[in-house]
Amino acid sequence: MGEASKISRYLYTVIVLFLIWLLLTASLDPQELGFGLILSLIVAAFTYEIFTTSGLANLHPKRVAYAIAYVPYFLWAMIMANLDVAYRVLHPKRPIRPGIVHCKTVLNSDVGKLALANSITLTPGTITLDVDDDNYFIHWIWVPDEALTEKEEEHVKAASANITAPFEKFLKVIFG
Amino acid sequence: MNALAAVGEALVLIGTFFYFLSALGLIRMPDVYNRMQTATKSATLGSLGVIVGVGIWALGTDFGSAAWLTKTIVIAVFLLLTNPISAHALIRAAYKSGIPLWEGSVMDKYREHMEAKAKAAEAPEVETPEETPKEGGEE
Repeated sequence: MGEASKISRYLYTVIVLFLIWLLLTASLDPQELGFGLILSLIVAAFTYEIFTTSGLANLHPKRVAYAIAYVPYFLWAMIMANLDVAYRVLHPKRPIRPGIVHCKTVLNSDVGKLALANSITLTPGTITLDVDDDNYFIHWIWVPDEALTEKEEEHVKAASANITAPFEKFLKVIFG
Repeated sequence: MNALAAVGEALVLIGTFFYFLSALGLIRMPDVYNRMQTATKSATLGSLGVIVGVGIWALGTDFGSAAWLTKTIVIAVFLLLTNPISAHALIRAAYKSGIPLWEGSVMDKYREHMEAKAKAAEAPEVETPEETPKEGGEE
């Protein structure tokens, strides 16, 4: 993914900072809005270089729509994850079969990989141990039977289908 | 407006329940990796429930205003984005400092990968074609 122009990255940073200001103050007083805008412009001038690489392209309607659709999907996965953890903690036999598994991802951008790693950490039984290019090493609390094969390809395929694939269809559109 | 207060109270109750599970998981799980699992997930959702619950609860009372809800949502999003990163840093540091996995663990692909990588670094002429950078604009 190539870098966007400086002005586009700057404007995107200003928009994000100003949105956070709006939510934090929760007031529509023109004086507060004006001061928030000035502060956003100043802070963005210092930070836009490390904040984003794709700039205003992040606000493409399709990306925003997928990002909004991702929120309930992710929250649902997170609630299921916690019920799963609750079951494992409260069950008297403590049914865990942990292991570190190997997954591959199709995402290219760094932000996308970060979002995927975060999503994996918060969803059922998995926590990201390390990311190396497109290889994810994930500590899984219950390694299922189909991922227990000795063959590397089958293992990666089964693990990826279980862990990374459900999020990739969203994150591929949102972050590329 | 009392319905909002009731919803908020219920959310706070659910959040504290997940906090309790998180603490119980710390006691019951056998090694650091499994403890991180319960501690991260349950504590994150518990915090979300309590924080957003307080925001909604405040809407239903006479002193509350919309500012409570927006602020709590900002805090909740901040927690949601940073908690998994700290968990990842902790578990990776635990692995790098040599803490062993629980004896019941079934596989360790990360060690195999690191060993394969170290071997490839010793004999670089074999593996160099694999190392070409993959990022190049598809869009």
